[in-house]
Amino acid sequence: MPRYFTEEHEWIDVEGETATIGITDYAQEQLGDIVFVEVPQEGTELAKGAEAAVVESVKAASDVYAPISGTVTEGNSALEDEPELVNSSPEEEGWFFRITVSDKGQLDALMDEGAYKTFCEGLD
Amino acid sequence: MNQMNASGWKPGTPVPADRDVEFPTVTGNKALMLEERLLFELGTRETCGVDLPEPDTDAPNRLGKFARRKAMELPGLSEPETVRHYTRLSRQNYAIDLGLFPLGSCTMKHNPRLNEKVARMPGFADVHPLQPVDTIKGALGVIDELSHWLIELTGMSAVAMSPKAGAHGELCGILCIRAALEARGDARKVVLVPESAHGTNPATAAFAGYEVEDIPAGKDGRVDLEALKARLGPDVAGVMITNPNTCGLFERDMKAISDAVHEAGGLVYCDGANFNAIMGRVRPGDLGVDAMHINLHKTFSTPHGGGGPGSGPVVLSEALAPFAPLPFVVKDAQSGELQLVEEENVGDAFPVSFGRMTAFHGQMGMFTRALTYILSHGADGLRQASGDAVLNANYLLRSLDDVLDAPFGEAGHCMHEALFSDDGFAEGMSTLDVAKGLIDEGFHPMTMYFPLVVHGAMLVEPTETESKAVLDQFVTAMRSLAQRAKDGDETLKSAPHHAPRARLDEAQAARKPVLVWQEAEEAEEA
Repeated sequence: MPRYFTEEHEWIDVEGETATIGITDYAQEQLGDIVFVEVPQEGTELAKGAEAAVVESVKAASDVYAPISGTVTEGNSALEDEPELVNSSPEEEGWFFRITVSDKGQLDALMDEGAYKTFCEGLD
Repeated sequence: MNQMNASGWKPGTPVPADRDVEFPTVTGNKALMLEERLLFELGTRETCGVDLPEPDTDAPNRLGKFARRKAMELPGLSEPETVRHYTRLSRQNYAIDLGLFPLGSCTMKHNPRLNEKVARMPGFADVHPLQPVDTIKGALGVIDELSHWLIELTGMSAVAMSPKAGAHGELCGILCIRAALEARGDARKVVLVPESAHGTNPATAAFAGYEVEDIPAGKDGRVDLEALKARLGPDVAGVMITNPNTCGLFERDMKAISDAVHEAGGLVYCDGANFNAIMGRVRPGDLGVDAMHINLHKTFSTPHGGGGPGSGPVVLSEALAPFAPLPFVVKDAQSGELQLVEEENVGDAFPVSFGRMTAFHGQMGMFTRALTYILSHGADGLRQASGDAVLNANYLLRSLDDVLDAPFGEAGHCMHEALFSDDGFAEGMSTLDVAKGLIDEGFHPMTMYFPLVVHGAMLVEPTETESKAVLDQFVTAMRSLAQRAKDGDETLKSAPHHAPRARLDEAQAARKPVLVWQEAEEAEEA
């Protein structure tokens, strides 16, 4: 299963026609203790780059943008009660939402794990 | 010779951190600093602070379904118990009247007592907004005169006095911009907000129905003029720029920005929250600004913080003045007669006013204080205040930039606030640790993690209030804390050690807040 990354520190797992999206370990580390997550409702149609979710930490509130266009099939309801999952397991249990992949071509513009790692090293 | 002070202790002598451990008290009190319990733990439901007689009437209870059926279960405390509770709590508080309050972008300056004296004069303090207008001519006079000075200081055409705080003023300004664009049949959709602007700016534009787009900051911490120009077009309603910006820097290209925006048919909003740095020296009207709010509670020294009242009058350019919200105080040019213009008597006078933002005329208590501040300082005093505020910030910047990273230190002088980053701290040490350490050293923490463009930002605004002695003491504390953060001093990670409460779990407090009193057994279950 290929995993893609964005410069906005999101990861995207693609399985068939569905993508699962969350924020990276680097992002949660930068945000600090996460206290609130708002994920999109099922059925929400998102265009690439649109505001999809909100994540609040003790330091700041940030928007999470849709890295690709599609329709939301599921939001991670566990984050409502346990936003700390984003800190403890950002790239697995702390996923944000699932979305249909409407245009596979959009994935080509994203980074793979190696490229993302190099990108983060350039930021420090 | 008599030895008056055998120990040699004097204020400022370090106190060993373990002293409390060596000499514990059974009450938890430390000398006359008292450990305070909650009201519910002090009183009981069986006691009552007042002794009310039974009602000597057999009139029926007419509360009906609103009658209380269950006891309120409030603790009963006597008046002295209640007074002492709050007075003891207040001793654990920190305030501008106690010491330096270096909260960047908040302009925590001294509130002169003269302001308080004037605000308490019965003619101002006891007026009611529904009083007949003829009986409040003095209050209207204050609004009129303050309006005059705000217009004079900013070089603008008009001012809307009613907005009640900074963000409210922003909304007023953006609504004026929207009304002006709609009046010319030009529905534009986008408001540009640079990264160096206040966080409320994008929120305001979004609330007013605009799409918000970021404009990146240049390497020098200022708006990237070329990036801004490249984005301008027929869909851009305007820009919202904070000047001086949240990096504590003056936007040198402000006039060029305004010209470019105007050329593209847009309008310019300037966030004036940081006006204290340029008051009496720069007139935003000369820089092409169309609307700007002025935080009376910051720049013109009215008490704020802790949710205290704000006041955010909005000065407007000639282009936007007709769209300002009601009410207005109008002075007849010939007779000098003051009139309050509201819906019932406006007639055809302000046909394109966008409406109204507040029920009444604005924050009268803030108006009297701000006008007192302006008149008691005079033009030269206001100029000196802004000059001293900038001087103090630069003194801090240069007293600390060898131990703390100053990301825009190379860019030259700062304005009213000095900005540092956490670059160079040991692994695991953070800006939060330095802020908590400042509490131990007896200072209110600085603004932290803002602006977002700087990693682990520490934003310090000393204002003109502070003397060199106070600044030096703060520098001593900050230099020590910076060194401890660089050395990876573990004790800093658990600071504060001397505050009434040690490091609180802020994440847990935000995730699972307990907002109402819970009995011990309920609390355990939860």
